[in-house]
Amino acid sequence: MNDSTYDLIIIGAGPAGLSAATLVSEYKIKALILDENRAPGGQIYRGIEANQKNTHNLGSGYQQGLGLVQSFRAANLEYRCSAKVWYLSNDGKVSYSIAGKSYSVHGKQILIATGAQERPFPLLGWTLDGVMSAGAAQILLKESGVVCENAVFIGTGPLLYLIAHQYISVGTPIKAIIDTTPRGNYYQALKHCFGGLWGIKDIIQGWRWRREIIQSNTQFISNVDDVRISGSDSVKSVDYLKNGIWQNLQCEHAFIHQGVVPDINISLSVGCEKIWNERLACWTIRTNEHCESSIKGISVAGDACTINGGVAAAHKGSIAALNILSQLNIISTSQRDKLVKPFKRTLKVEIAPRAFLDALFKPDQRYRIPKDDNTIVCRCEEISLADIKDSIRIGCVGANQLKCFSRCGMGLCQGRFCGLSASEIMAKELGVATSNIGYFNIRPPIKPVTLGELATLDEV
Amino acid sequence: MFKSIGKSRGESVTIVFEGRSLVVAKKLNVAAALLESGVTSFRQGEVNLNNRGPYCMMGVCFDCLITIDGLEKQQSCLIQVREGMIISRQNVNVSDDNE
Repeated sequence: MNDSTYDLIIIGAGPAGLSAATLVSEYKIKALILDENRAPGGQIYRGIEANQKNTHNLGSGYQQGLGLVQSFRAANLEYRCSAKVWYLSNDGKVSYSIAGKSYSVHGKQILIATGAQERPFPLLGWTLDGVMSAGAAQILLKESGVVCENAVFIGTGPLLYLIAHQYISVGTPIKAIIDTTPRGNYYQALKHCFGGLWGIKDIIQGWRWRREIIQSNTQFISNVDDVRISGSDSVKSVDYLKNGIWQNLQCEHAFIHQGVVPDINISLSVGCEKIWNERLACWTIRTNEHCESSIKGISVAGDACTINGGVAAAHKGSIAALNILSQLNIISTSQRDKLVKPFKRTLKVEIAPRAFLDALFKPDQRYRIPKDDNTIVCRCEEISLADIKDSIRIGCVGANQLKCFSRCGMGLCQGRFCGLSASEIMAKELGVATSNIGYFNIRPPIKPVTLGELATLDEV
Repeated sequence: MFKSIGKSRGESVTIVFEGRSLVVAKKLNVAAALLESGVTSFRQGEVNLNNRGPYCMMGVCFDCLITIDGLEKQQSCLIQVREGMIISRQNVNVSDDNE
């Protein structure tokens, strides 16, 4: 076996990747874990090792990640951090670069565990200097111990309440929270309240955070009909429409968030089949019960496949790992089926409240599809809603065509912050289902790579 | 305004941003170090040349691009600060484009 050939290559060191890696370490296989971050934990448990002594302010959910990371460290696997994976082929070739030097490796089995990213939130003014995502605020707090005082938080979803709770816990004042959860979602969620009972602990936790926010000096503004961020070059105010009147909050910083969606770029680049999930209002990757994608030898686990949260992702990672071991003939399929049972059982409990949570926090269509023509949809190329409508008017009928017509999705983020909006906008404008519009074709390199970096590859 | 919480920031390093020396915690990534030093505008937008800064802090948005030690378009949220790092804004070179 060549030095650069592995039985398994895991892409991503979040909960799914870490649990898979730790599980396979008990068997004699050659595995490699590649991760873009500087330390294991993914986004959910980011900075967990450095924060060991003061995790209490960051919540019990965050603390849970420590065991996962410690087991992974103890397993002593081949792990490369700060590794940017920019190519994956359908026969398991992986190219990545670290500090400007590229490497090429081959995996008999590949596990994609790239997690989630925040959903695009195309508000008027969301590209202004001073606007960041709420996830960014959380990463700054967890990894760097940096906070921003008197910011306005806008949006919906568990993460928004979590970061507000964390800010209050560390004594950082928040100017206001503008909650964009649609009123109707509470009724929709009630339909799934039976499933919700399984997650009653999390739901009570969520309500506690909400109450804590309301009891602190933070202004909590809900039932708004529209939101925009104003300023000529940097943020001057956040404006919101409530009861038919526009009101504004003077501020220099706004953090926005409306849920997370799978990071699908690498899966799509290799040709994995995707599915439009209406409940989540996003694209997910089609996998079977063993987390295998439509491409042989490529599995996708955790939030990179569909959104179930960090705890479920760790179970999925173990489920995927057991199947991979059987594919490698390390264990038999009957051993796999026996070993997988406890993970499937706990996964089932973990997933039970998802329908309730997804219904409660499904972002309103008005915030997924902007109304104001001047709203920037593609942040990189600064393509507005009006530009997309113009493209449609002159005959653009598909998401991929939109790239040629308008350059939407052609920037460095490769559609990560506009692709979902573009699919939904086109579906609405053309009056067809989003699944019919499709998504951008994602081609390698899936992260920008310089010619210099390419030239460092040892192959011809 | 961004600021650090906690009593000790640990070891420090000196970096240079647009000719200005900044003393920052060694553990920080470049984006966090600049934000904590009061810098929020990292670059010019490619089209409208407006001020842009970090958005996602997790390597997805490419809004935090900056020039580090002469190398352009670096993702500042993914790179740790180093002693003596020379950082400058990622400006759009309009004159080059017109040549």
